[in-house]
Amino acid sequence: MVDKILPLNVKNAFVKKRGKRIIGPIDVQLSTKGFTMVMGPNGSGKTTLLRLLHGLENPREGKLKWNGNIESVRLEQSFVFQTPIMLRRTAIENIIYPLKLRGIPNDIATKIANEWISKINLENSSNVNARFLSGGEKQKLAIARALTTKPQLLFLDEPTANLDGSATKEIEKLLQEAHKAGTRLIMTTHDMGQGKRLADDIIFLYRGTIHETAKAISFFKYPATQEAQAFLNGDILE
Amino acid sequence: MNDIVEGMLSAFRLIFSLDADLFEIILLSLQVTLTAVVIASIIGMPMGAWLAVNRFRFRRLTIAILNALMGLPPVVVGLIVYIMLSRSGPFGVLNLLFTPTAMVIAQVIIITPLIASISHQAIRDLWADYHDLLISLNTTKRQRILTLIKDARRSLLTASLAGFGRAIGEVGAIMIVGGNIDHLTRVLTTAIALETGKGEFAFALALGFVLIALAIIVNLAIHSISKTERASNW
Ligand SMILES: Nc1ncnc2c1ncn2[C@@H]1O[C@H](COP(=O)(O)OP(=O)(O)O)[C@@H](O)[C@H]1O
Ligand SMILES: [Mg+2]
Repeated sequence: MVDKILPLNVKNAFVKKRGKRIIGPIDVQLSTKGFTMVMGPNGSGKTTLLRLLHGLENPREGKLKWNGNIESVRLEQSFVFQTPIMLRRTAIENIIYPLKLRGIPNDIATKIANEWISKINLENSSNVNARFLSGGEKQKLAIARALTTKPQLLFLDEPTANLDGSATKEIEKLLQEAHKAGTRLIMTTHDMGQGKRLADDIIFLYRGTIHETAKAISFFKYPATQEAQAFLNGDILE
Repeated sequence: MNDIVEGMLSAFRLIFSLDADLFEIILLSLQVTLTAVVIASIIGMPMGAWLAVNRFRFRRLTIAILNALMGLPPVVVGLIVYIMLSRSGPFGVLNLLFTPTAMVIAQVIIITPLIASISHQAIRDLWADYHDLLISLNTTKRQRILTLIKDARRSLLTASLAGFGRAIGEVGAIMIVGGNIDHLTRVLTTAIALETGKGEFAFALALGFVLIALAIIVNLAIHSISKTERASNW
């Protein structure tokens, strides 16, 4: 039985490495719907926050309270890394992999994977080893692999940070489609324009804590804090 | 110098005369070594993978011991296996001493640490690369190990080849546990030792060239298998 895993309540959570605080205290509630953009200067803890929410980092204090049971929570979320992690297999095998992990038979998994391959325009490279794809193709493939299991929640850590305009455009289109289909999206970016184009709401991180949360429209027009204002102005924030 | 030329010539003569004894020896060499490589790979590869993906208390120590075991002197392995298999030893009832099986056992003990250690290094590197993805995809330990073994298969092939190289040229252990019995446990290396002892240098050299050729052929064969796979898939 698959539960709805959202909303997620995070209470007083910290991530520490060798005793040093990386982020925290984090208190946040993630609603069931929408596209949340996590923004903030370099080193403010965006990647760590996403990893904490996804379960790649354990909170040293505090806790994450999901709505669903543990099994659903584990299966109903995916993560797209800033530098795509490709299996040393062909493009299509990269998409088939998570399906096979869930016991989906070969022929069905292949059929689903092929649909994704056409969706991301990789028909001609379907049987090429994923390592040889371009940066943009790799990231599209990583997103397809993350979405193929139809997760309720998708995390993306600066997925277009290293990509050019046209690749970024393709990826944003994929994300908007997922958004429309009801996938809950949480993504980091340092690209203001991207935030404006995609986000429903913003989490502004500063020095490891959530400095401000707001609807996207109001955040970009009337940021509540001086630091967010400076960030939006493009000033250098320490 | 003359001996070497003479050795090469008689090696060719031996091979092209399709000498039955020679082929028996070659066949047994291959049979014993390949069996040992397969068994050692089946033990060593999952062991290396397991060591790569698990954190436990004596992990560093275990890896250090494994690396030390790579340098096990074959003669000592031979001696220990001999004692274990001898009539008064714990496995004496099995009657395995001076059989090809005893030789396989000794070689497995010699090359398993080597294969496990090389596999461990290859899989550790791949694991560093895959770690976050495989955790994120919620894989079980078993699925992780199988995925890593599958995707590191070309490095693992190198591990097997290293094991093959060490085993095919090994003489100390199999001499002790096999006994170099004609038509029963005589292989290329023990035959070379015997002929050298008798002063038959040309014949010993001929066998040596056959041994080298064999090692090269097996390496090339395995590499060409992996290459056809790469051409279609990589
Ligand atoms: N494993 C780690 N060990 C020590 N420091 C870390 C580790 N991971 C991240 N940090 C530090 O924590 C801070 C936040 O990192 P990160 O979450 O990657 O920020 P962002 O993604 O916003 O750039 C940085 O200063 C970084 O150097
Ligand atoms: Mg980051």
